[in-house]
Amino acid sequence: MIFELADKGLRPKAWRSETKPHRFCPGCGHGIILKGLADVIDELGIHELGVFACDIGCSLLSWDFFNLDSVQTHHGRTVPVVVGLKKVRPDLTVVAYVGDGGGYSIGLQHLISSAVRNDPVTVVLANNTLYAMTGGQMAPTTLSGQKTSTTPYGRSIEETGPPFMGPEIVSAAASDSAYVARGSVTRFPELKQILKKALLNQMLRSSFSFVEFLSSCPTNWRTKPADTLKFVNEDMARTFPLKEHRVPKDLS
Amino acid sequence: MGVIEGEKRQFMTGNEVVAWAALAAGAKAMFGYPITPQNEIMHYWTRMAPEYGLKFLQTEDELSAGFATLGGALAGTITFCATAGPGNVLMQEPISMAEMMRVPAVWVIQQRGGPSTATVIYSQQETRLTCLGGNGEGLRIVYSTASHQDMFDYVIKAFWAAWKFRFPAFVLGDGYQAKMREPVTIYDPEGAGVELPVAAPILKPSGVPSVDREPVHMRNTFNIEEELMDVLMEHIRDYSEMAPQIVESEKYLCEDAEILVVAHGIVWRSAKEAVLGLRERGVSAGAFRPITLRPFPEDDLRAAARTAELIVVAESAYGQLESMVRDRLYRIQVPIKGILKPGVGITAEEIVEGVTQLAEMSRSEG
Ligand SMILES: Cc1ncc(C[n+]2csc(CCOP(=O)(O)OP(=O)(O)O)c2C)c(N)n1
Ligand code: SF4
Repeated sequence: MIFELADKGLRPKAWRSETKPHRFCPGCGHGIILKGLADVIDELGIHELGVFACDIGCSLLSWDFFNLDSVQTHHGRTVPVVVGLKKVRPDLTVVAYVGDGGGYSIGLQHLISSAVRNDPVTVVLANNTLYAMTGGQMAPTTLSGQKTSTTPYGRSIEETGPPFMGPEIVSAAASDSAYVARGSVTRFPELKQILKKALLNQMLRSSFSFVEFLSSCPTNWRTKPADTLKFVNEDMARTFPLKEHRVPKDLS
Repeated sequence: MGVIEGEKRQFMTGNEVVAWAALAAGAKAMFGYPITPQNEIMHYWTRMAPEYGLKFLQTEDELSAGFATLGGALAGTITFCATAGPGNVLMQEPISMAEMMRVPAVWVIQQRGGPSTATVIYSQQETRLTCLGGNGEGLRIVYSTASHQDMFDYVIKAFWAAWKFRFPAFVLGDGYQAKMREPVTIYDPEGAGVELPVAAPILKPSGVPSVDREPVHMRNTFNIEEELMDVLMEHIRDYSEMAPQIVESEKYLCEDAEILVVAHGIVWRSAKEAVLGLRERGVSAGAFRPITLRPFPEDDLRAAARTAELIVVAESAYGQLESMVRDRLYRIQVPIKGILKPGVGITAEEIVEGVTQLAEMSRSEG
C-alpha cells in the first residue's frame, strides 16, 4: 500500500503510513524535518541500511515514524548510541535525531566530542527555543527576553547567558571533513538539500555531520499559525543565521 | 579454533585476565573511559586490537561509553564495558536502558572505595549499586568473583548469560583482583566445552524493513501505566524463569556448621581460611558464598544455614551483603551479625577474632 502511494509520488517510501497521522501537534516543526528526512532517505536509497535513533523530548514521538529500524534512547544520549552502532557496523547510515535541550544541554559533551572525533554519523537537531516535551522551559537556545515557563519575565542574558549558537560552536570543534549547517523548517527545499549533504558526508566521506533546523512549537509558544511563522522567520532567524558553516570541498 | 590454543597456565593481573576472557568469549568491541582500577582492561584490549580485529573507542565519559556499548550490542556485536566507583554511578543510566529494552551487554566492575571518589584501591561498596542501581527492578545478572580463575570463567559466562537471556550482565571484581598478579589457567572455551554467547543483530536483522519484514522499532517510553507494567511483568517473568538456570553459590564445611560465615568476592578467601582457623579452635564453622548476587542463591543459603546458630556476614562494605542475606533469611530464628569494614580488606584472622567475639556476645545475649 505505501509503495503504491510512494510510486504515485504521494508519500516517501521511508514514511510509515501505519503510524500516521503522526503524533506531533499541528504546526509543529518536527513533522516537517522528519518529512524532509523521509524524502531524502528515499532519494539516497538508504531505506535498507539506514538506522534512525531519536532522543527523549518531543523527538521521541518519532520512534516508529519511518520504515526504518529505529531505536529510542535517553535524553541527550542518542549520539553515543549511534556512535556505537556505527563503530561495529560501518556499512550502516545512522541518524541521531535530537532536540535543542538534548543536543545543547544534557548531551552537549557527546555532540562536541563526536564532532572532534569526526565520527561518521549524522546528527539532526530541532531548535524550537525551549524544552517542549516537559512544558516549555528555558533551553540553551531560548532567545534573549523570550518568555518560557521558567523565565516567565523573559530570559535574562545577564543571568543565563546568551542563546547557544550550535552550528557555530560545533563547527569550531569539528574538522575540515565535517558538514555543519543551520536550516529552517520554513525553507523546505533547502532543508532537504542540507539533510542530503549531511547524509552523503557520512555515506561517501565517512565523516561527521551536524545540522540544526529552526523549528516551530506553537503549543509552547502559544502562537497562532501566522505568528508561528513570523517567530521562526524573524525572531529566531535574527539570532540564528541560516548558514552552511562547514562544507567539505568535494561535497559542495 | 579459538584465540587461545588449548590451555595455558599464566601469571597475570586480573585486568589482563578480563581482556583475555572477553577475547576468548568472542567479544569484538569495547567502549571505555579511564578510571582506576580498571584501566588496564582497556590497555590490554587496545594492545590486542590489531591482531584480533577488535574495536575500541575511548569515549568522553561513562555515559557515552555505556550508551555506545548498547549501540554495539544492538548492531549484533558482542560488546562490553568496564568501569568502577563514580564511573559505575554514571553507568547506571545506560544500564537502565539495557534493562528496559533487553539489550545484552557485559560490564566488568572493579570496585574501588566509595562514596564519591574515595580510594582507587579496593572495596565491596558497589555491591548494592551493581545489583540494584538504576530506576528499575534490578533485572540484571551479577557474578562476584573471588580469584583470577573466577575472573576468566565468569567473564566468559557473563557474555553467554547476557546474550542468552538478554539481561545486562556484570562481573563484580575489585581493585585487589584487578591489580594483583596470580596464577590462572586460560583456555579455549570451545575446546573446554564452555558455552559461548551467540549474538544476532537486534537492530538491522537481515532483510529490508517493511519489504521483507516489519521494521524494528525499539522504545523505552510508554504512553500509559498499564502498557509499561505489561512489558515489565513479561521481563520479570523471564527473569524469574532464568534465575534457577543462573544462580550459583559455593559452600565450605557447612554440613555441621554451627557458625556460618557468609562472604562474597575476594573476602570469600579469608572466610574459608577463617573457617579452618575456627575449626582448629574447636568451633564448628562453615562458610557460604553467593557467586551470583543477582539473582541471589537464596535456597542454597537457606540450606547452608540449616544447622547454624549464628550467621556472620563479612564484607568490605557497611552491610550491603548483610542486608541481602537478612532479606533472604527473613524469619530465620538465628542471629545475623556483621564484620563490616567499608572500603578495607578483611583478613582471615580478623574474621576468626570477629566471629569469636560475636559468638560470645550472642551467647551472653541468648
Ligand atoms: C536525564 C533526564 N533528565 C530530564 C528528562 C526530562 N526531559 C524529557 S524531555 C526533556 C526536554 C526536551 O527538550 P528538547 O531536547 O529541547 O526537545 P523538544 O521536546 O523541545 O523537542 C526533558 C528535560 C529526562 N527524560 N531525562
Ligand atoms: S509540544 Fe511543541 S515540539 Fe512538541 S509536538 Fe507539540 S508543537 Fe511539536
